[in-house]
Amino acid sequence: MSMANAALAGIQRQIMWNRLIAVVEEQAQTMIRTAFSTTVREAGDLSAGIFDLQGRMLAQAVTGTPGHVNSMMESVGHFLAKFPAAGMKPGDHYITNDPWLGTGHLHDLTVVTPAFRNGKIVGLFANTAHVIDVGGLGMGPEGRSVFEEGLYIPIVKCFDQGVPNETFFDFVRVGSRLPVELEGDVYSLCACNDAGAKRLVQMMDEFAMDSIDALAAFIFEASHKATLAEIAKLGTGSYRAQISSDGYEAPVTLKAEMSILPDAIEVDFTGTSGLSQRGINVPAAYCRAYACFGIKVVVAPEIPNNWASLAPFRMKIPEGCILNAPRPYPVSVRHVVGQLLPDLMMGCLHQVVPDRVAAEGSSCLWNPPLRGGSSVSGQATSNKPVLADFEVITFNSGGTGARPTMDGLDGTAFPSGVRTMPVEATENVAPVVFWRKELRPDSGGAGRTRGGFGQIMEIAGKDELEFAVNAIFDRVGNPPKGRDGGLEGAAGAVHLKSGKTLRTKGFQIIPDGERLVLDLPGGGGMGDPLTRDPALVLRDVRDGLVSVENAMLLYGVDREGRRK
Amino acid sequence: MSSARLAVDIGGTFTDLAIEHAGRRTTSKVLTTPDAPERGVMEGVRAILASTGLQPADISILIHGTTLATNAIIERKGARTALITTEGFRDVLALGNESRYDQYDLNIVLPEPLVPRYLRLPVPERMDNTGRVLLPLDEAAVRALVPLLKREAVESIAVGLLHGFVNPAHERRIRAILGEDLPGIAVTLASDVSPEMREWERFSTAAANAYVQPLMAGYLARLEAGLRGIGLAAPIFLMLSGGGLTTIETARRFPIRLVESGPAGGAIFSAFVARQCGLRQVLSFDMGGTTAKICLIDDFRPQTSRSFEVARVGRFRKGSGLPLRIPVIEMVEIGAGGGSIAHVDGLGRIGVGPESAGAMPGPACYGRGGTKPAVTDANLLLGRYDPALFAGGTMQLQPEASRAAMAAEVGGKLGLDAEMAALGVVEMVDENMANAARVHAIESGKTYDGRTLIAFGGGGPVHACRVAEKIGISRIIVPSGAGVGSAIGFLRAPVGYEVVRSLYQRFSSFDVGAVNALLDDMAREAAEVVAQGSFGAAVEQTRIAFMRYVGQGHEIPVPLPARTLVASDVAAIRAGYDAEYSRFYDRPVPGSDVEIMSYAVVVATLTGAVAAMQDDATASQAAPARVQLVRDTVSGAVADWAIYDRSALANGATLSGPAVVAEDETSTLIGPGWSARVNGLGYIELTRGAA
Repeated sequence: MSMANAALAGIQRQIMWNRLIAVVEEQAQTMIRTAFSTTVREAGDLSAGIFDLQGRMLAQAVTGTPGHVNSMMESVGHFLAKFPAAGMKPGDHYITNDPWLGTGHLHDLTVVTPAFRNGKIVGLFANTAHVIDVGGLGMGPEGRSVFEEGLYIPIVKCFDQGVPNETFFDFVRVGSRLPVELEGDVYSLCACNDAGAKRLVQMMDEFAMDSIDALAAFIFEASHKATLAEIAKLGTGSYRAQISSDGYEAPVTLKAEMSILPDAIEVDFTGTSGLSQRGINVPAAYCRAYACFGIKVVVAPEIPNNWASLAPFRMKIPEGCILNAPRPYPVSVRHVVGQLLPDLMMGCLHQVVPDRVAAEGSSCLWNPPLRGGSSVSGQATSNKPVLADFEVITFNSGGTGARPTMDGLDGTAFPSGVRTMPVEATENVAPVVFWRKELRPDSGGAGRTRGGFGQIMEIAGKDELEFAVNAIFDRVGNPPKGRDGGLEGAAGAVHLKSGKTLRTKGFQIIPDGERLVLDLPGGGGMGDPLTRDPALVLRDVRDGLVSVENAMLLYGVDREGRRK
Repeated sequence: MSSARLAVDIGGTFTDLAIEHAGRRTTSKVLTTPDAPERGVMEGVRAILASTGLQPADISILIHGTTLATNAIIERKGARTALITTEGFRDVLALGNESRYDQYDLNIVLPEPLVPRYLRLPVPERMDNTGRVLLPLDEAAVRALVPLLKREAVESIAVGLLHGFVNPAHERRIRAILGEDLPGIAVTLASDVSPEMREWERFSTAAANAYVQPLMAGYLARLEAGLRGIGLAAPIFLMLSGGGLTTIETARRFPIRLVESGPAGGAIFSAFVARQCGLRQVLSFDMGGTTAKICLIDDFRPQTSRSFEVARVGRFRKGSGLPLRIPVIEMVEIGAGGGSIAHVDGLGRIGVGPESAGAMPGPACYGRGGTKPAVTDANLLLGRYDPALFAGGTMQLQPEASRAAMAAEVGGKLGLDAEMAALGVVEMVDENMANAARVHAIESGKTYDGRTLIAFGGGGPVHACRVAEKIGISRIIVPSGAGVGSAIGFLRAPVGYEVVRSLYQRFSSFDVGAVNALLDDMAREAAEVVAQGSFGAAVEQTRIAFMRYVGQGHEIPVPLPARTLVASDVAAIRAGYDAEYSRFYDRPVPGSDVEIMSYAVVVATLTGAVAAMQDDATASQAAPARVQLVRDTVSGAVADWAIYDRSALANGATLSGPAVVAEDETSTLIGPGWSARVNGLGYIELTRGAA
């Protein structure tokens, strides 16, 4: 090959890589357009990617949420173990929601679909989406084993050469409170993989590719090399950190020892608390996903996710700790613990690259699953009015941690990549009234840069009738910590409007005439608050987000902007 | 009296003018005068009248579009604006959808709301989702805001209340109270400007409208006075983002509907070209200096949408701008233009844009001090431009500067010479545009099979062939006037107005009476706006329902008959939905009910019938003006390509690729495997695979 030809081939490989990322993005967009569950189409709780026949991920859609990063990637290997690629046929679609073969709880469906070109299997498309209901107790921590948490789908074929597996769909329909949505979502996930497969074949035609293996090798080599280069910049060393969560029965401590090696970053979770009897346990794949995200967002944020760029991040998770829950432990709300992992990883990395990490944030989503009607307290049986039966969940976020040169973000999801839904939309699908949803003053941890502000939410049933919340909240007993002298963000709180404190986790009734109040945590601050620009303190005071008292007490700044 | 039609499009750098008179079109450009845009307009109008020998009184209609509102938002130069809102919801603008548009950027910056928190003023009141009052409006609390509004010197006020689009009584009452105590201050009601569900989008639209209103009202008044002052008596119309025209009076009330008028003009231009050529499925591709805009046009109508983002802070990333819920022509805009700068990332991958060299310093080859290689530099290094003839010979390009910049920033990092690096840059920018076009098709539920690409803007005709190849299109039209397409588009736009309202309905319980009452009311409102400017011209009405399966997230527009609905229509509408859905997504979903979220009614004057062209130009073989060494981006081979001067090509002339057709404003690249013919209108038609 001449020099010019070699150069051209190199440029073409780059173009093909770029195209592959566009192919999986189209796959994800197809899902968002066709999905039924609000969790997918409004909140964006999904993931999509393309794999080679060995189950190695080549590219992942930019659209999506980090919780699925490499949990979906591992999942494809489990599918191949049960259904080898050689036996797959065009039009086949495989599905599971097994928390240990998928992405960590029954609400996540993972679908794998083979792509064929000229009758030959050339690759696999996979996607994961959080659906709204799979029966069982519903989204919440109350299950004592996975069997109580809903419909359990082993890896099965949902479409056989294009023909729906009606037995499978029969089970699905009777197993969910929202059968039409669930069935529609399965169709949507299959359509989305089909869209990816179709585009892959067009791409292979255009570039005259018989197989994606050569392209995969190029992607893997470039990604691996670039990831190792970023790791090498850190220098070797070993760093420890820990973080506490409120837990269900008792506080939970997560411990990590991060070893930066010449060619890998290894995290050992020895010392982490044991398992819970309730659904806050984390399957190992989900732990790997969020730990990996927490490292990658600091160390190598620009490098696309694929098998090779994720391979150098290795996790040692002792069996029987809360981050490696075995079947059949309950795992429904594993996010409430798992979403603390990036904060824990940054606790280690702060010792290496303090100017590249954020302070701790609210981190865990504050998603209240609300339920009303006959299955709350049984008031209807004594002829009292009750709301029509409903189940609804809204996604809400507290403040993120302060950044080295910027304040944290107010009421914004991190590390989760989801979006919230409009209050007007929620009130249209469920008989609830949100009386308040706005920023929570004085909740951002003080610092040279301060943490983002949390929110206050106040929710009632329509006509002030009773409803229930299946609480999944954290950072109430363990507020987000600051770094480098920055102060803690405000702790969360869960209570009735009249004052009574509620538990942070579990099913609780908000009686007639009462309202549920949620105070979402603020992010931690960074750096000494006394070094914060007084003009910024005054701006926050003027906006009503920092009180005059706190401006003086925490920042030493008076009403005229003078530092004491 | 003569009947000359004049269009004026104010862009960031140039103000474009187009005048049509007695079957002839004249176009010109003057520099935009950002501090007082009416100055540039007046200068341009005087100049184009002088050059055509016309008097102001000869003008029968003036159509105007401007980026003034958009720029005011991007540069944060609008009015000091307050937002009065439902107590408990003070931070809707700040919270947005609580997400990050980039998952992997810890230092992400989110767009600042147009109204700071201390001017977001809550008042006690609350409606439920059906418009029932849960908490009456506290009128004393509204009055109590007046001293603060005065003290803070607020110039414009938006009012946005929860569920206010269902029952606007409280919003209207607030306006009335403010009118008593603050006469003369503009008040925008969210329920007027964007009466649709989703509080963030609606409040954001209201805030943006209020933010630009004083500025736009002042500008429009000065412009009108200036034009009247020189004796122009013709009606003046404003181009809307949705592709229609409206009066100055309506523009003053809803200036936010003007934000995308320039690009909308470009899409209308494409639609007109499509009509002239009888092409029912078209992709409009407008590539300029900073961005490329892509728009799907079916049956001569640009695709429309009701959501748009303005002032994106994150490299054109979706989700990084302020949401607006207004009728717009749907297009994707990506940071890929002639000035887009190329670089190499940490993985040794070539990246292009969205950073742009702009007009100053411009690409390295402009010789104005630019040292970063831009797309124009790459095109020059591939031999696609004659350095001496660029922009009609007004600017001598400097290939050596391009070569040095390309070698330093791209080639050197990849072990490539400057020419191969240039090839990589052009391939990458073409790939990025093609990828954006593909995702756009998915989001729109459309395909590119059988479509024709219409290319214009300075860069469109240069990149069209390769982009078309990448998305599977095999026919391209390069119209004449490609440099001022938007202004020409203005001349083709109908006087029209779109009204959108929400009325939630399920098909299983469809209330024909309620729907008819709503649609008639909307039609009346739209017709009133149009009547101000249609002068009795015939109008047509379009009615659309936005429908989806119950619980699904994205609605599909389904046309309704433009008349009173009867019970028997309901089944036909439902069938129309099923057919549309299957067309988009292959499979319908069994057993699911369908819900209607909202309706749109458009009233517009009928566009003059455009006869498809009589293409009987005599065939002839074109003669090249010269040859030039050009590098092909597919094979990498360098060869002599024939160069033609467009002005020398007769209608009916045919030529084969590889070739370049050069003109002052752009160059049309005809790749290997493509052939071209100048059609009866003087447009270049490119066909792939034909002899």
